[in-house]
Amino acid sequence: MPEPRESDPQDAATPGSELTRRHWLRRAIFTTEHRAIGMQYLALALIAVAIGTVLSLLMRIHLVWPNLRLPFFGVVPPEGYLALVTIHGTIMVFFVLTTAPQSGFANLVLPEQIGARGMAFPRLNALSFWLTSLALCVLLAAFFVPGGAPISGWTSYPPLSAVPAAGPGQGTGMDLWIASIGLFCIASSIGAVNLLTTIVGGRCRGMTLMRMPLTVWSWFVTAILMLLSFSVLFAAILLLWCDRHYGTSFFVPMGDLVNGTIVGKGDGSPLLWLHLFWFFGHPEVYIAVLPGMGIVSSLIANFTRRPILGYRMMVWTTVLIGLLGLLVWGHHMFVSGMNPYAGTAFAVTTMAIAVPSTAKVLSWLGTLWGGGIERTTPMLYVLGFLSFFITGGLTGPILAQPALDTYLHNTYFVVAHFHLIMGMAAVFSIFAGVCYWFPLMTGRMMSERLGRWHFWLTFVGAYLVFFPMHFAGLAGEPRHYAQLTGATSSLASLVPLQTGITHSAFLLAAAQFLFLWNVLRSARRGTPAEGNPWRATTLEWAAGLDAPAVHRGPYAYDPQAFPSGFKMQWEADAEQE
Amino acid sequence: MDSQAIATSPEHTPSVEHAHPPYLRHHFETVEQQREASSFGMWLFLLTEIMFFGGMFAAYLIYRNWYYPAFVAGSHQLSIVLGTINTAVLIGSSFTMAMAVYSAETRNRKALITYLLLTITLGLVFLGIKSDEYHEKWEKHHVPGLNFSVHDFVNVNPAYPDDKPLPLDMAEKTQVYFSLYFAMTGMHALHMIIGISILIILVIKAYGGSYTDGHVSTIENFGLYWHFVDIVWIFLFPLLYLISRHQ
Repeated sequence: MPEPRESDPQDAATPGSELTRRHWLRRAIFTTEHRAIGMQYLALALIAVAIGTVLSLLMRIHLVWPNLRLPFFGVVPPEGYLALVTIHGTIMVFFVLTTAPQSGFANLVLPEQIGARGMAFPRLNALSFWLTSLALCVLLAAFFVPGGAPISGWTSYPPLSAVPAAGPGQGTGMDLWIASIGLFCIASSIGAVNLLTTIVGGRCRGMTLMRMPLTVWSWFVTAILMLLSFSVLFAAILLLWCDRHYGTSFFVPMGDLVNGTIVGKGDGSPLLWLHLFWFFGHPEVYIAVLPGMGIVSSLIANFTRRPILGYRMMVWTTVLIGLLGLLVWGHHMFVSGMNPYAGTAFAVTTMAIAVPSTAKVLSWLGTLWGGGIERTTPMLYVLGFLSFFITGGLTGPILAQPALDTYLHNTYFVVAHFHLIMGMAAVFSIFAGVCYWFPLMTGRMMSERLGRWHFWLTFVGAYLVFFPMHFAGLAGEPRHYAQLTGATSSLASLVPLQTGITHSAFLLAAAQFLFLWNVLRSARRGTPAEGNPWRATTLEWAAGLDAPAVHRGPYAYDPQAFPSGFKMQWEADAEQE
Repeated sequence: MDSQAIATSPEHTPSVEHAHPPYLRHHFETVEQQREASSFGMWLFLLTEIMFFGGMFAAYLIYRNWYYPAFVAGSHQLSIVLGTINTAVLIGSSFTMAMAVYSAETRNRKALITYLLLTITLGLVFLGIKSDEYHEKWEKHHVPGLNFSVHDFVNVNPAYPDDKPLPLDMAEKTQVYFSLYFAMTGMHALHMIIGISILIILVIKAYGGSYTDGHVSTIENFGLYWHFVDIVWIFLFPLLYLISRHQ
């Protein structure tokens, strides 16, 4: 529901006048309208993903042709490669996979889906978006300071991240990284508070918890995870900042030799950072993928025209995945010197996550089974999500074994695993969401033909890029290595494989221009959309409902029971009332 | 503190409908819903604060297990008397804050202003005593990174003659203790400073008659914040000053 200020008298001002221009600026920058903020988040994520993709292409080129002169960077030294890795990872994890599925889509449709008038704290919402944008700018500024961007990866393990002299980029560049992540933590916490308050306090009459669309449930659980994990990350980076600037000793061991100088005073431990960081870092994985699961559940019901199989089970598995997601951070630390008993405990909780995840997959497949699947573009993306979720998910229990992880840790096997499940699966759910809610954003439909081309090229390209990485990892290639050849390298035999991956990466990146073109063109010239183009049942498609009240669950699709084949959540039952 | 933002928003009061109090914003249906939303939001914010301090408490827990003798020697350098006085001051300020909330609810403007001013005073007393303690740490060369010296820890502490002097490597680890001490009490003090700044704004607004007109959620929510900061100290005081005193 647009807020009352939509009917601002300034709308009537003549185009081009001073008033209109100021008004436009105010709407673009100071808007507190949740749908506009949602689109701002999506635009921010689009900019971020473009930068992150360019960085990854540069990395791919450097990995197989290390002496080539790269655009913007020239001939990249090994530490320059690490700077690319760091910023690529940070941008993708924080500014794309956290921003788009959670903040972007939730702001776009969540208030409507639960029948609220808007987000609970609209101005905090705008603040949260602008802090996120500022955080991205601060992060990118790291490329332009002396020493360049930090080189300690998106996980910023100390002592590398705690000692400014540890390498180029670990001075000002690292400070900027910390500042950027600090801003991002604040913005995300504010966003999570806002979202939870909206869901708890803003639901309309009849919208019980068990009538909420599964999208809302997954944003709800994701927001809880953000609330609990980002503040711990904030504490961790604060301690890191103190170590770097105030001579405290939280993370640097005494007498540690870094870059030729002895550092470390009071005998801190990098393990503390690992615990604090991964207490955030693992829930972050679910922050990235849970909203996608919600979108996929809703869309599968919509495009098979049947209720989702086991709605209650889907709710509880979402909650369970969130809960277990908070208890598994130690599986990132099997080889860190952690107590092996703790490793066993973390292995058990990690494998336990496979249970609710499998239940979800079975429910999706069960809903699809024998259903008349409407092969629209959003549904193709959903099927893509399923494919990547299963492929990437299958390597999860492998990496959860401490014995196997001892070998596979920090290899390309891990890179393949998380790019498939956290990267590609989540990205396909973002594609699905953009395509599905495009009519709400622009009033037009995206082109189906371009969408199908984009889907198939991306689907094939993503498998060609990330699947062979499993083999590189099994062959023992560590991640973060700048090149495969050289006097002491034993990895030269992997050059053909990695060259193939680089070529596929170009195909994958090029395919994204189709998506970009589709978005830009359809926004201006796409077919105008009807009010409810996907014949969906949820409230965001009910235009101009004044005081909504909800009478049933979200997935009332049944061609036998209803003349139109489905019933909207707010439609009253004639016979019952 | 968006409740405050909600309560005092001057922008956008469209002339569409005005059958509601001026502090009710349009995306809420009722005053009650708005009050519940701001209070729930405040509790969630406090939850993030708990996790934030929780990260540092986790660090404390780990290092106390590892470097227990260093933590004993470190806490022997803190003054129980000053710590106890500060605890009493802070609990007193929580009482005056609770009274301020009560005064707002009973629409007693004068009492509200008095109690808010008392809360500010007690907060400042706490910060004064805290800075005196910090100054003492500086004089005794216990500030890691700036002027730390192991001198006090490799020699017998006259106040605790039973303590054995620490071996040099353990004495160095008292820096971890003092790092935690400064980070945790420092973050707590920062929360106090922010709280006092907001209190000053609240006093000014209370002079203008806000909060005693029936719309008390700003004061209530700030009260929650102030009590939370108090509770953090209730944990910091025993952990840093009291529990490690015996070898």
